Amino acid sequence: MEYVIEMLNIRKVFGNFVANDNITLQLKKGEIHALLGENGAGKSTLMNVLFGLYQPDGGEIRVKGQTVKISNPNVANDLGIGMVHQHFMLVDTFTVTENIILGSEPTKGGKIDIKRAEQEVRELSERYGLAVDPTAKIADISVGMQQRVEILKTLYRGADILIFDEPTAVLTPQEIQELIQIMKALVREGKSIILITHKLKEIMEVCDRVTVIRRGKGIGTLNVADTNPNELAALMVGREVHFKTDKKEANPGKEVLEIKDLVVKDARGVTVVDHLNLTVRAGEIVGIAGVDGNGQSELIEAITGLIKAESGSIKLNGKEILNLSPRKITEAGVGHIPQDRHKHGLVLDFPIGENMVLQTYYKEPYSKNGVLNFKNIYDKARQLIKEFDVRTPDEYTKARALSGGNQQKAIIGREVDRNPELLIAAQPTRGLDVGAIEFIHKRLIEQRDQGKAVLLVSFELDEIMNVSDRIAVIYEGKIVAIVDPKETTEQELGLLMAGSKRKEAGVSS
Amino acid sequence: MNSGRLTNFLIPLLAVLLGMIAGSIVMVVSGYDPIAGYSALLYGAFGDSYYIGETIRQMTPYILSGLAVAFAFRTGLFNIGVEGQLIVGWLAAVWVGVAFELPKFIHLPLAILAAALAGALWALIPGFLKARFKVHEVIVTIMMNYIALHVTNAIIRSVLSDKGYKSEEIHESASLRSEFLQSITDYSTLHYGIVIALIAAVIMWFLLEKTTKGYELRAVGFNQHASHYAGMNVSNNIVLAMVISGAFAGVAGAMEGLGTFANISVKAGFTGVGFDGIAVALLGGNNAFGIILSALLFGALKVGALEMPSSAGVPTELVDIVIALIIFFVASSYLIRLLLTRVKKEGK
Repeated sequence: MEYVIEMLNIRKVFGNFVANDNITLQLKKGEIHALLGENGAGKSTLMNVLFGLYQPDGGEIRVKGQTVKISNPNVANDLGIGMVHQHFMLVDTFTVTENIILGSEPTKGGKIDIKRAEQEVRELSERYGLAVDPTAKIADISVGMQQRVEILKTLYRGADILIFDEPTAVLTPQEIQELIQIMKALVREGKSIILITHKLKEIMEVCDRVTVIRRGKGIGTLNVADTNPNELAALMVGREVHFKTDKKEANPGKEVLEIKDLVVKDARGVTVVDHLNLTVRAGEIVGIAGVDGNGQSELIEAITGLIKAESGSIKLNGKEILNLSPRKITEAGVGHIPQDRHKHGLVLDFPIGENMVLQTYYKEPYSKNGVLNFKNIYDKARQLIKEFDVRTPDEYTKARALSGGNQQKAIIGREVDRNPELLIAAQPTRGLDVGAIEFIHKRLIEQRDQGKAVLLVSFELDEIMNVSDRIAVIYEGKIVAIVDPKETTEQELGLLMAGSKRKEAGVSS
Repeated sequence: MNSGRLTNFLIPLLAVLLGMIAGSIVMVVSGYDPIAGYSALLYGAFGDSYYIGETIRQMTPYILSGLAVAFAFRTGLFNIGVEGQLIVGWLAAVWVGVAFELPKFIHLPLAILAAALAGALWALIPGFLKARFKVHEVIVTIMMNYIALHVTNAIIRSVLSDKGYKSEEIHESASLRSEFLQSITDYSTLHYGIVIALIAAVIMWFLLEKTTKGYELRAVGFNQHASHYAGMNVSNNIVLAMVISGAFAGVAGAMEGLGTFANISVKAGFTGVGFDGIAVALLGGNNAFGIILSALLFGALKVGALEMPSSAGVPTELVDIVIALIIFFVASSYLIRLLLTRVKKEGK
């Protein structure tokens, strides 16, 4: 059996924390090998060891049978190992070619031979079906294209072992499909790929084998053909995971949120929410399905008062809340799990405890006569941390130091604890692993069962189909259809989201 | 947690030490004896009760200007205008001190309040421009410094004196001076301002760390979007932060006007106390207690320096160089942090 890379019993320790505990990963030539694990399981550490960013404390690395010491990324490059980073390392104002040759520019008489470089990039791009324009500026091309530039960068440097670090996290469903085709083309041309991910669907679709790690320990390597998503999830999380969230039949009550003829314009004056009508009742979850950029963000920001709407009406339990201040709307009974948890959801430099009272700090028992009561604040924080399983060293740790999943759990704890009449969850599970996703879905359904109205926005169709009681499809700022998740299919939703099929929206059903 | 706090304490200390070492190298190279130089500095700052009194008097406005810079900094603003706010505060305090004759328990607080209001008003303008039009506060505050300097000079010439270069002396009822403090410090210029500065430090700490308003101000300083989301009024908080910072700066001016000088004279240039406040705040880690310590250091350096030429023959310019070196090392505290962590690692 020919292995291009063997990482044998790799151990890496940070202080008292064992990030990698004797993990073994063997990559065959020409395969796509998934490295699967929860957030913080040690995937990135392992790959950084391979890429020369960390030195292992134990174990052995072999490349093509030779034992090697990879002391820095340059050594990794020379060995033919290339990494496609999750956060792109590109100069926005440079062209594609300029970015690709950066650091190993071909020269002619002291000048950069840009013509030759462009030609080489074009050839590489065609060979692997990347369809990248070598002369385009990075700032002008899509995120998916930028990722391809990252891929070209590694190929240009002669890499034949490519590491993809969570490549689909930033892509749209369409782009994900294209990336999968590219990866298949790469292995056809004799490259070998390690795919770091926690998305099981992608593994099942594209990978040959999968190595699972959990809390720093290697759990094992399986052939994808011999396994299934349930088994993988259980191996990754260490317990049974339910994909289909169990839920009782919804029992909707009175109308909590009523939106009529809402119009919102963006900063450039373009109408992004266009005479939108929507109703959410107590005891139901309404999911908004749509392609990113069809007015979802603006709709939510208008409901929560973060931006001003042009016209229309938003009623909460019959009371008009259109264009009130965010505080008034919060006090009226709206909870909001924001789409961007770093921008809106948390003050990252505050302790997690102080973040738990972000909207309630001015009320008793958290303060009295303008003076904060830290004992009550931190008591509440401890309670929520426990109740929502927020993994943090303590309640005084800065929110910045927590992993994304735990930050999200903290926000959800805070919003749910305020006991709002209407809970708005915008992409509540973005970037989270299956364990955390399951937890969050359960909590949303719990809120519904307690008679709250829940409005869910997500770009993940699985999530929308799974959690919602009704699905509202948004297209170009309008609700174009309302469908029952039990009666619809992904295909139908996809068509509706693309605006190609219109169903008369039974707005208030 | 604990080791973090220790590091935070060690870094400024090491910065000062490195600055002093660098300073002694400069002295040796220039042909002066650094040991004689530093002992003269130390004697000139703490050698007897007179020098101690002078050092405390000098640290008083430093505490307040340091608090002013730190308060703005903690709320996400860079107030370079402390100097100008200090000058208008000084003017307002002296004006009230000269213009009225009132019982002391009214007159003195009134004069200090006037200084605080003047400083606050001077800071309100950049605060408002920032909140309303997103004009960067650094540019506006720098310009406001020049306006403060020249407007104050004009008022001294035309209103507070008859085309003279200084105002009348303030009435005794507005003075911070104290026979008692002077007598126990061998007739230094020490005055009650230090008490006010220490109270101000407690106020800053309490306001920022313990109140709901402080929570809002800090939140806005760190993340305006999240503060908006949480229902706070971001614009109001920016203006308020600037105003409070300016009030501290104004009171720093009152210390000079009601304590040290008891008048105000036409200034050829800036006092420097406001700008030094930036360094004081930085060295003190933008924390009220740290600022008291760093103000003590700056006061001691400033006062002790006066002794260096006479006893050790070292020019005062050199002391300015030492201070500059200390600030340099504080500003590059990242380097010291790196060294510390490396030493710790090897110790393990």
